[in-house]
Amino acid sequence: MTKATGPIVIEGKEIRRDYVVPGSLFRQARTVHAVKGVSFRVEKGKTLAIVGESGCGKSTLARIITLIDPATSGELYLDGNKVDISRSRPTPELRRKVQIVFQNPYGSLNPRQKIGDVLMEPLVINTNTPARERRELAMQMLTKVGLEERHFNRYPHMFSGGQRQRIAIARALMLRPSLLVLDEPVSALDLSVQAQVLNLLADLQDEFQLTYVFISHDLSVVRYIADDVMVMYFGEAVEYGSRDEVFSNPKHEYTRTLFAATPRADVESIRARLARKKAA
Amino acid sequence: MAEATAKPVSSLDEMSPRRRQLAEFWFYFSENRGAVIGLWVFCILVIVAVLAPVIAPHAPYQQYRDAVLVPPVWQANGRWEFLLGTDAVGRDILSRLLYGARYSLFIGIVVSTVALVVGIFVGVIAGYFRGWIDTVIMRLMDIILAFPSLLLALTLVAVLGPGLNNAMIAIALVYQPHFVRLTRAAVMAEKSRDYVVAARVAGAGPIRLMFRTILPNCMAPLIVQATLSFSNAILDAAALGFLGMGAQPPTPEWGTMLAEAREFILRAWWVVTLPGVAILITVLAINLVGDGLRDALDPKMKRS
Repeated sequence: MTKATGPIVIEGKEIRRDYVVPGSLFRQARTVHAVKGVSFRVEKGKTLAIVGESGCGKSTLARIITLIDPATSGELYLDGNKVDISRSRPTPELRRKVQIVFQNPYGSLNPRQKIGDVLMEPLVINTNTPARERRELAMQMLTKVGLEERHFNRYPHMFSGGQRQRIAIARALMLRPSLLVLDEPVSALDLSVQAQVLNLLADLQDEFQLTYVFISHDLSVVRYIADDVMVMYFGEAVEYGSRDEVFSNPKHEYTRTLFAATPRADVESIRARLARKKAA
Repeated sequence: MAEATAKPVSSLDEMSPRRRQLAEFWFYFSENRGAVIGLWVFCILVIVAVLAPVIAPHAPYQQYRDAVLVPPVWQANGRWEFLLGTDAVGRDILSRLLYGARYSLFIGIVVSTVALVVGIFVGVIAGYFRGWIDTVIMRLMDIILAFPSLLLALTLVAVLGPGLNNAMIAIALVYQPHFVRLTRAAVMAEKSRDYVVAARVAGAGPIRLMFRTILPNCMAPLIVQATLSFSNAILDAAALGFLGMGAQPPTPEWGTMLAEAREFILRAWWVVTLPGVAILITVLAINLVGDGLRDALDPKMKRS
């Protein structure tokens, strides 16, 4: 992790995000620290996995990286340039660099937009590609994520969860971003589809030289896809290192609990569990 | 055989959401017999209004001096040339009622369109931006809502001057808050959905987000409200006409006809009753359609 092999795509320094819960007549206003000073850096073509329990600030961090919400303090560098969206709306060039795929494929597509329009919308807004070319690019992307050209004129309700997630990935890739934030992209899908989508993501990473920030609470998925792992606990990064480091030698108490909580299904562990049960 | 039975299902699946929604909508709508009857009555009303010059036996302003207060044809002294009788200056009531349908539908269309368009615009802005602009808009709407609606319309007409146009403006203003509130609530619910955030990440600006991304997804309750306020607008316009603040005589507007006939209520019942019945039928039909629409469009009411 410390060896710099490629250019750094995204770097965060001491990122903080506070939410102010407004007070009322009977309650004082209080501040919730969702993210408490997290630093990270991801090299081009690598994957950083952010792991943690619900409500630990993973998604808040994802929204900050994707330039949806501004950070309260801290510095964010995208391709070496400092980004601050609290002052001005991000420019189209910035928008093109980072895109996001959401967890729930059923909510992330506009029910009244055809798939073709979903894919072409980013191009319409950010570029002045002629209509014919837009259509071609969308068609190409559709086949690239494993769908067919005849799906172009269909609406989201005609697709399964896995197919919708492919569409969401295709939409995110339309602007050829260098960084893709994946906010639990497979946790709403069933297991066989999860594997397909993860393989697709791995293929696309190779093809487009993509950098991933992969948010998950599923350690088996993280082990499969990540290069670096960051474990978050109550808004803090309690563990940050390469995948092998973190998995073989967890330092923080919470990480160990997390690993211990992963169900194990090999014969040895089942025998051990049964033996314990008998003894008790 | 199996293919033939499977086909309708897949064709429903292949349709665009608008077509599919329409098919689904008609399925639920047609289950409600009252709504379908209401729709038929409303269609007949539209045809009558459009064809009034063709089907009306007399001109609405033509006064027959030899036929003052002639009763309807089925009563003693009724005359076949005046099917529903004549009023105090000898004008054919049937013809006036047919022409009156034009005014009523015109009032309904104008009022609900104005209230809908302005209400959507203001409501989307309030729901999208929130903050102080939302507070200002909503308090303003609360103030309008706090007045009894007819009283407020009456005051507005008194300020603007009596007449059909001013009455329509006043009624549209009175109905505004309902649309604003509905739109605002729907926009607030849709705004936090992932597809809106996704459109924002794709670079969509506020205008595009408001009117292209969010608005089409919150039209259902607005359509219902527009239908119901259509009938209310007719009713309120008739009330204003009755009070002498709406359409002015000799316009064959139903409310105005009622007002002119007030003094004959004991001597010639038909002059008062028939315009009232016309209003009743129209409003009832539209309300039935509105209720059917609500049942068909509101997911909470769906029995599936």
